[in-house]
Amino acid sequence: MYTTDLSGKVKGKAETAVAEDPALVAAFEARVANDEFIEPKDWMPEAYRKTLVRQMSQHAHSEIVGMLPEGNWITRAPNLRRKAILLAKVQDEAGHGLYLYSAAETLGTSRDEMTEALLSGKAKYSTIFNYPTLTWADIGAIGWLVDGAAIMNQVPLQRTSYGPYARAMVRICKEESFHQRQGYEIMMHLAAGTEAQRRMAQDALNRWWWPSLMMFGPPDDKSPNTEQSMRWRIKRDTNDELRQKFVDITVPQAEAIGLTVPDPALKWNEERGAYDFGEVDWEEFYAVVKGEGPVAKERMQARMKAWENGAWVRDAARVHAEKRAAAKLAAE
Amino acid sequence: MSDASKEWPLWEVFVRGKGGLSHRHVGSVHAADAKMAIEHARDTYTRRMEGVSLWVLPSAQITSSDPGDAAALFEPAEDKVYRHPTFYKIPDGITHI
Repeated sequence: MYTTDLSGKVKGKAETAVAEDPALVAAFEARVANDEFIEPKDWMPEAYRKTLVRQMSQHAHSEIVGMLPEGNWITRAPNLRRKAILLAKVQDEAGHGLYLYSAAETLGTSRDEMTEALLSGKAKYSTIFNYPTLTWADIGAIGWLVDGAAIMNQVPLQRTSYGPYARAMVRICKEESFHQRQGYEIMMHLAAGTEAQRRMAQDALNRWWWPSLMMFGPPDDKSPNTEQSMRWRIKRDTNDELRQKFVDITVPQAEAIGLTVPDPALKWNEERGAYDFGEVDWEEFYAVVKGEGPVAKERMQARMKAWENGAWVRDAARVHAEKRAAAKLAAE
Repeated sequence: MSDASKEWPLWEVFVRGKGGLSHRHVGSVHAADAKMAIEHARDTYTRRMEGVSLWVLPSAQITSSDPGDAAALFEPAEDKVYRHPTFYKIPDGITHI
C-alpha cells in the first residue's frame, strides 16, 4: 500500500538554502540528476533527508494501519482458502511496514520516534484506511483497487534516488501483485455469483472507487512539493499522471466482470486515448487527511492499544536479553 | 511514551538465496537478542522461499568505509586496466586463451 505526501508543510526550497555548502549541494543535485543512488552515509541536504523520512514513515505507517481494515475480516473469511490468503496478505502488509521503517531508520530517525509520531497524530497515513470494511466484498475491493493504486504509485519508486528506499520498494512491488490479483479474484467470484453477491461487489466498488482515486494525492496544481520531489527523484510521476493511468487500466477490468465504475462523467476520449473522468471530492479528502474519516479514531485507538499492551513484552524481552548477556559474560 | 535506549537493538540481516550462493544483505530488524533477531528475520525477509540460511549481526558492529574516502580507496584501480584480460591484444586465430 502507499501514501502520498500529505503534510505539505516542509518548504524544501527554503530549507535547502539554510547554510549548506553550495558545492556539496551542487554535487548532490548532479548525482541525483544523473540517476545515481544516494546511500545512508552520503552527504545529503537536510531538506532531502527530512522529506524522505516523512514520506517513508508515512508510507510505513500506512502499511501498518492498513492491516486493520483487512484484519477485521480474517475471522469471517468465507472459507479456509480465503482465510489463509487474507492472513498471508495482512502479514505481508506488516512486512512492508517493517522494510520501510528500517529503510527510514538509515536516515537517523529511530523506530520509536516514528511510532510516537504516528500515535500522537503528528505523522499521517493514507486516508484510504479511515474508511470502514463493511462487507466481505470490501476485502476484494481493497485488494483490487487499493493495492492496485498502490502498485501504480510504487512501481516508479523502485527507481527512487535513495538506495534503501528503492530496495525496499523492489521487495514490496514483488509482493503487491499477489494482493491485487487475490482481490480481483474475490470481486470476480462475487460478480458472477447470486444477485445478492453481485450487488455486494458493486456496492463495494461504489464505496472504494473515489477513495482509491484520492490515494494519488491532491491534483498537481495543489501539490506544492511535487516539483522538488521529482527533481530529487523521490517522486517520479505526478499525482494526476498516475491517477489517469490507474483509471485507464482499471475501468476495463471492472467492465470485464460486469461491474460499473460509479462515475457518470466517465467516458473514453478517443483523441487523448484515455478516459475522461469526474472530479474527486477534495473537500472529503482534506477532511479525512485531518482525521475526520469515518473510522479514523478507531484506527488510532487500535494502534495505541497494541503499542501500550505490548509494552510489557518489549520490556521483558529486553531485560531477559540483558540478564542472559550478563550471565554469559560472567561464565566466561 | 518512548525512550530511545529502551528500543530493541537493530540487527542487519543477510540471506543465502540458495545453496552455493553467498549471504546477501537484505535489510534489518529490531530484536532483543540474536535468537529473536533470527526469528524476526525469518518472518520479515523469507516469507516466499527467498532463502535457505540467515545471518544476523548487531548493526552497531559494522564498520564501513567513509564515502568521503571513496576516491582515495577505489579510484587508483581505474588506471590499472592491465589487470583485465581485454587489455592484451592477441592476434586472430589464436584460440583457447
